[in-house]
Amino acid sequence: MKISRKDVEHVALLARLELTEEEIEAYTGQLDSILEYAAMLNRLDTDNVEPTAHAVPLHNVLRTDEVRRSIEREKALQNAPDSEDGFFRVPKIV
Amino acid sequence: MSIFERYEMVCGVETHVELATKTKIFCGCTTEFGGEQNTHVCPVCLGLPGVLPVLNREVVNLAIKAGLALNCEIAEFSKFDRKNYYYPDLPKNYQTSQYDLPICKNGWLLIETEEGPKKIGITRAHMEEDAGKLVHSGETITTSDESYVDYNRTGVPLLEIVSEPDMRSISEVLAYLEQLVQILEYTEASDCRMEQGSVRFDINVSLRPRGSAEFGIRTETKNLNSFSSVRRCLEYELARQAEVLDSGDKVIQETRTWDEGRGMTLSLRSKEEAHDYRYFPEPDLVPLVIEREWVERIRRDLPELPAARRERLQSLGLSAYDAGVITSSKGLADFFDQALRTCPDAKSLANWVMGDFTRLLKAAEISVIHSPIAPEQLAQMVNLIEKGTISGKIGKSVIEEMFASGKDAEVIVKEKGLAQISDESALVKIIDEVIGNNPASVEDYRAGKERAIGFLVGQVMKATKGQANPGLVNKLLKERLT
Repeated sequence: MKISRKDVEHVALLARLELTEEEIEAYTGQLDSILEYAAMLNRLDTDNVEPTAHAVPLHNVLRTDEVRRSIEREKALQNAPDSEDGFFRVPKIV
Repeated sequence: MSIFERYEMVCGVETHVELATKTKIFCGCTTEFGGEQNTHVCPVCLGLPGVLPVLNREVVNLAIKAGLALNCEIAEFSKFDRKNYYYPDLPKNYQTSQYDLPICKNGWLLIETEEGPKKIGITRAHMEEDAGKLVHSGETITTSDESYVDYNRTGVPLLEIVSEPDMRSISEVLAYLEQLVQILEYTEASDCRMEQGSVRFDINVSLRPRGSAEFGIRTETKNLNSFSSVRRCLEYELARQAEVLDSGDKVIQETRTWDEGRGMTLSLRSKEEAHDYRYFPEPDLVPLVIEREWVERIRRDLPELPAARRERLQSLGLSAYDAGVITSSKGLADFFDQALRTCPDAKSLANWVMGDFTRLLKAAEISVIHSPIAPEQLAQMVNLIEKGTISGKIGKSVIEEMFASGKDAEVIVKEKGLAQISDESALVKIIDEVIGNNPASVEDYRAGKERAIGFLVGQVMKATKGQANPGLVNKLLKERLT
């Protein structure tokens, strides 16, 4: 596994992170060693192992279709960085 | 020269349909349309830290129901995944969707084409949550300095139905969409209110030279919400692609948007839009194990679907066309069936349902479920005509009156004295007068001009203000003229 500088820039863009030159440098090495560590798993024989969909051995946790009260709008908006007229307000999208 | 002489189109459609539940897919907020902005929200659908979504059982029921109606296999094991992307209509920065283990797959539906019935494959159908609604400060998203977000729709359950690229003409695409929406409406898995955006289509389309086996490069136009937009969008996009190919260039594989006002598709390409969804299993939701007993229970409760209903109506003597018109909406088909219980003449009932009844509803902009005439009332009116109590012509004014007042046909006929004159002695008197007053027509008829009798019948009808029984008038006239 070799993580390139380009991979780091791509992942940073997807995560909307602005990285400095030093950070890109540092993360390239760090990500590479993390992935190399995880790659140990590839050495295991998993031919007869079912794929895991979830770590908890539960299924079919369902609720009935009954309306519950929503929260007040003031509460919904109180932590928003910006709002107006009951809307969340966001900066230019594209 | 039409572009279709040189090129063949290949089209597949992704349809997003809102499932008809009372609450959202992962929380108890209402799915009701049109509330004040950000009043149908809670910590779960707002994606606040530390919350735990719980799947709505009814979403699974409706997804299975729709899947069965679309001839899909229902998965025995299914799970949710996170689809990651940044867009402010998603408060969590990912959409909870299904990736590799969708609830439904390998289905199909039949459409009618000029060459006969054609099967359109359905690759898969999966459950996911809807996103919120954006209102832009400027005219379009690209000219806006800021946008306003309403998360009421966030978390409303959707079924995304993905077709195979099986459609080869615009009319096949429209037939598929109409058939799909009809089936969903019949199952009541969705209320299919297109005007409220509860059904949206993404159109994948490409052109290839006629005779070529390989698909061309496709574009995807997102979020069309009516059949007419789909038609216009395809006409525009195919002409655009043909122009690109004709000039020797390549079509760029990209996502486009439909500008309804300008009637054109526009590229949505931008550096920001790097498509890399990085799906991974949703750790907050446990998988679904769908026992066959659960599926069979839903299968048993499936209502009669449009195709079966059309067949049944044809077996009652309706033409294929008439059966198609009546079953085109579940509301109209249900109205017809309800009326049929007390009206033995299906053909005659069908004519009234498709004719005057539909015309009155359209003129008043009323949907059939809110019709002021009940099915039993229309049945009664048709029966009055069939029994000869009123003529078909009088029926036309009776149905108007019924529509306006909600009164029974029998009451209107009695109040206004509209009953047909079927009393021979009363008619004979009038007929003799008409014969006396129209010697020329009588002469013509006797000289062998069969048509002349029509005029004489007309005169009798006029003299009785349309209340004479026309069949009887015809018979009596002939008797007296020979």
